[in-house]
Amino acid sequence: MHELALARSLIELVEEYAHENNAVRVKQVNLRLGEMSAMTRALHFCFDAVANGTVCEGAKLSIEQVPLTVFCSFCNQTKQPMGRYSFRCDDCGMPTPKVVTGKEMQLVSIELPATQPCSQYGPENEHRQTA
Amino acid sequence: MCTVCGCESEHSHHDDQFVHHHHHHGTDDHIHFGTNHAGASVAGFNDDQLISIEKNILDKNQSYADFNRSFFQENELLTVNLLSSPGAGKTSLLVKTIESLRDSLSIYVIEGDQQTDNDAKRIRSTGVQAVQINTGKGCHLDAHMVGHAMENFRFESGGLLMIENVGNLVCPASFDLGESHKVVILSVTEGEDKPIKYPDMFAASDLMVVSKTDLLPYLRFDVNQAIEYARRVNPDLGVIQLSVESGKGMDQWNQWILNGARSKTLPSVQESLTAG
Repeated sequence: MHELALARSLIELVEEYAHENNAVRVKQVNLRLGEMSAMTRALHFCFDAVANGTVCEGAKLSIEQVPLTVFCSFCNQTKQPMGRYSFRCDDCGMPTPKVVTGKEMQLVSIELPATQPCSQYGPENEHRQTA
Repeated sequence: MCTVCGCESEHSHHDDQFVHHHHHHGTDDHIHFGTNHAGASVAGFNDDQLISIEKNILDKNQSYADFNRSFFQENELLTVNLLSSPGAGKTSLLVKTIESLRDSLSIYVIEGDQQTDNDAKRIRSTGVQAVQINTGKGCHLDAHMVGHAMENFRFESGGLLMIENVGNLVCPASFDLGESHKVVILSVTEGEDKPIKYPDMFAASDLMVVSKTDLLPYLRFDVNQAIEYARRVNPDLGVIQLSVESGKGMDQWNQWILNGARSKTLPSVQESLTAG
């Protein structure tokens, strides 16, 4: 259920930056989510509902997933854990409580639509078509 | 590698730079979402604009949590966030803890439930200040709610603030409240595989309390297996086994709190357990 709260926080953050850039619509929202955040599907599920009536209405949600890596102090290296929730080094089997990547829940960037052409500048439309 | 955004290039991320941390199409760009339309730069037209942000989605909660944390530190309050599924015995443990420690410590309680102030009433009957937060449809407490709840206390410096979160083994794990420790309670009437079924909560906690141990003779609950599962998801997790009913193990729990409350710099759970 807290994906709803996360979607709201996300959209509030997007609104802040959209407003700063005088945008009334956001075309795409780019996120980075760690494997341990386990939010990908849930966020997709409720994003549209929360986005209705905001600058994010109709925006595409693009999610870059970050794999889980841990630091093994015995191997002195960043490693993969034995399993998603089995925090032991896959090579030496020692416990690896220190998570290096995989907890991310970040808004990376937003994409705003191209600004509408202004009719007083006349011929730009033609340029656009031939470019 | 940059641990903030995962890119290979060398750069720093200071808070005041986040807002201006834009990466537009230059040679140093390290964010590449699609490509620009070639050569369509015409006055009156802009191409789609990419605004780089690089902020945590829970940034706002984090800033409230940071505020709470500095308030707790300034006022020398040990803050414990109690987490469990509904019915694991959070309120019973709280009441028993208050009865044991109220002569040694000033105790304050924040109760989180979707509805009713039954728990806050139960706590107030022990004579300590308690504030109830009703989350309505919400499934967890957040740092903003806790900040407002704090306005209702008459705090003296030093003491213990216990926050009883909404009974839920999933959602509260994601929300930092500014607490000193997250403590997850697993009652022996639940399955011993709860730590691997709901790993995020056990991964986020510093201490696991195995509660209702007086019922063990009547159940097929394997305590060692439960601890093994919990340490699989969190190798640093401290463990205390106790029964509020029989009182067994309560000394170790009380000692853990006293050690934490008396120490100006909070000890890790492991150090504190060894000391206790």
